[in-house]
Amino acid sequence: MSNRRTVFCNARLIDPASGLDAKGGLLVENGKIADIGPRLFGDAERGDPETIDCKGLVLAPGLIDMRVFTGEPGSEHRETLESASRAAAAGGVATIIVMPNTDPVIDEPSLVDFIRRRAQATASVRVAPMAALTRHLAGEVMTEMGLLKEAGAVAFTDGDRTIANARVLRRALAYASTFGALVVGHAEDPDLAEGTSVTEGEYAMRLGLLAAPSAAETMIVERDIRLVELTGARYHFGQISCRASLEAIAAAKKRGLPITCAVAAHHLALNELDVGSYYTFMKVKPPLRSEADRAAMVEGVASGAIDVIVSSHDPQAADTKRQPFAQAAFGAVGLETLLPVALGLAHDGRADLAHVLKALTATPASILGLNAGTLAKGAPADLVLIDPDAPFVADPDRLHSRARNTPFEGRKFQGHAVMTFVGGECIYDRSAEARKCS
Amino acid sequence: MSPAQAATPILKSSHLLGIEGLSVGEITALLDLGDEYVTLGRAKEKKSPLLKGRTVINLFFEPSTRTQSSFELAGKRLGADVMNMSVRTSSVSKGETLIDTATTLNAMRPDILIVRHQDSGASEMLARKLDCCVVNAGDGSHEHPTQALLDALTIRRRRRSFEGLTVAICGDVLHSRVARSNIHLLSKMGARVRLVAPRTLLPAEADRLGVEIFTDMREGLNGADIVMMLRLQMERMTGAFVPSTREYFRFWGLDREKLAFAKPGALVMHPGPMNRGVEIDSAVADDIEVSLIHEQVEMGVAIRMAVLDALSRGLAAQGRNAP
Repeated sequence: MSNRRTVFCNARLIDPASGLDAKGGLLVENGKIADIGPRLFGDAERGDPETIDCKGLVLAPGLIDMRVFTGEPGSEHRETLESASRAAAAGGVATIIVMPNTDPVIDEPSLVDFIRRRAQATASVRVAPMAALTRHLAGEVMTEMGLLKEAGAVAFTDGDRTIANARVLRRALAYASTFGALVVGHAEDPDLAEGTSVTEGEYAMRLGLLAAPSAAETMIVERDIRLVELTGARYHFGQISCRASLEAIAAAKKRGLPITCAVAAHHLALNELDVGSYYTFMKVKPPLRSEADRAAMVEGVASGAIDVIVSSHDPQAADTKRQPFAQAAFGAVGLETLLPVALGLAHDGRADLAHVLKALTATPASILGLNAGTLAKGAPADLVLIDPDAPFVADPDRLHSRARNTPFEGRKFQGHAVMTFVGGECIYDRSAEARKCS
Repeated sequence: MSPAQAATPILKSSHLLGIEGLSVGEITALLDLGDEYVTLGRAKEKKSPLLKGRTVINLFFEPSTRTQSSFELAGKRLGADVMNMSVRTSSVSKGETLIDTATTLNAMRPDILIVRHQDSGASEMLARKLDCCVVNAGDGSHEHPTQALLDALTIRRRRRSFEGLTVAICGDVLHSRVARSNIHLLSKMGARVRLVAPRTLLPAEADRLGVEIFTDMREGLNGADIVMMLRLQMERMTGAFVPSTREYFRFWGLDREKLAFAKPGALVMHPGPMNRGVEIDSAVADDIEVSLIHEQVEMGVAIRMAVLDALSRGLAAQGRNAP
């Protein structure tokens, strides 16, 4: 942690937690935010060892990505905590929440400890692990949630697997509520979804691909809402993708149930037609949906019915993606396109910038109980400097991730992260990188 | 065939991956060429030197007697060197085998690769990766373009035109690449297409293909000119999509009684191999007055010659090993 002072001046400060959106400056001392204010440092102060002139760009809390899959341990050729953290830094993400779907599965306190130690040794961003809800993600026996929580697990989830057995999930939810632990679920009926790779509809029929209806998701959403009602556990849907699920969740929230949900950036920007000619980078779980469902997801973020935007970053290598569509693995990398996709909602006038950033900072922090995602005095100086208007083209060869499976290849965006700070340290500087390349 | 005619390009693409991307003009030209090869096939001297020196590889990841031998014979009648590769795949490494096998074969510099694979989109994937012509001989539940072309040739030789014809496609539409290719082709050419099947064997939103949907055979066949039966894959159907083969035959199997609802003189087709007593009654299948099943096989060789011919014209136009 740095013990020097850094001054950010001439910034557009956006702190979604407090509702601040104003010109001003920010002072960092000892890795923490020491002062912030509209009248602070109108000009670069002389004599300060380090002054960063933000030139009117947006200074916001570093993003928190609640859904990141890596390959460590077990599939380091796809992604390590270190390579994922470089991708995160380049995307303006200061905290990644990693999923337990690794080999071995993170279902033991010692493995939670392993992730935290590896992250400390190799990763530049903050890494917080979720632990498995059931042993080996088998959906049968619950994990030692108390011990795992003590070891540092921020939530419990079987990642991209649905717990098929309602009795098992009910007990796990009841037990989790004992510790006030957050449970994160994946909603996709395993029997309806088995062997399918796209969403049911005209396009799937034309391609001759096995497909599951979006109802496979909504059924589980509705079931899980009932179980939350029975148990009172805090529950978060890791990602949803269709209108009917959103409506069910919105109604449950209205009844006062402790439920939140997230959407993946690709479900805000892509639909089922993007599968095109069997393009396997578009094979994600849940699958890309109809245009009506995509529009509903955007609406959900705008209205606040969807709490969080995630990347659902899932690195895959050529061996798992260069396959016939039905055989190819699910997943898309997304850490470096999360912010550009989200900024698109603001550019399109669907929501204001502070509202969009809230779904990437303050809200995930409050769901997970993290001391982050805010510009409040005393908070860790995790920051992102955003140029909301800079042109950005997603180029697979320039990704920092070890994997190349972006569904946005060649897509043009407006806006990206310029600099990223964790605990006051600059961990990413786009202009320095550009100088290095040229 | 005059040399000038032989040089006329027929297909815009250098592959034949499906019917969906073909124009009416391309389909008509292939059928016209098919007619010429029917004549050649009925002559004593059945061979043409058109593909002399070219290499055609049959790469079949699914067992097939009919389609594979038909392509083999078509290639040989045109004077090409034809190699057959039947790849038995383990379920674990199917995809690996596909791309690895295909790139290996590609290095042997074939001119035309004919591929059958159990996964939809497999031939499109190969067409993107390889530099030879790729012919889709059936990919998953997606398309089987040469089957639709040979069916069309069979129909056209009997009925002259597709305009105003009503064609009922009956059976397992859900899993059928033959059905998808036929729907595309017949709709493009002006025929009215009906699908007749139990709800479990109809894909969601099938009506979006511009077809009429029926679940009752009598209603679906009422006034039809052509009845096209699809094969029921018994191993995967029974108990899952339909309760039993006897129930299926009772409601959707084509027998004389159900056929009587079609237009007088209606013709019956089947892509083969048939499950007698499941989707079709032997009394119908073997009735030479109504059944076109053997004619379809003959047209199969002719249309595959036409496809190989058309693709090799494309090769010549590109200046690749021009004959």
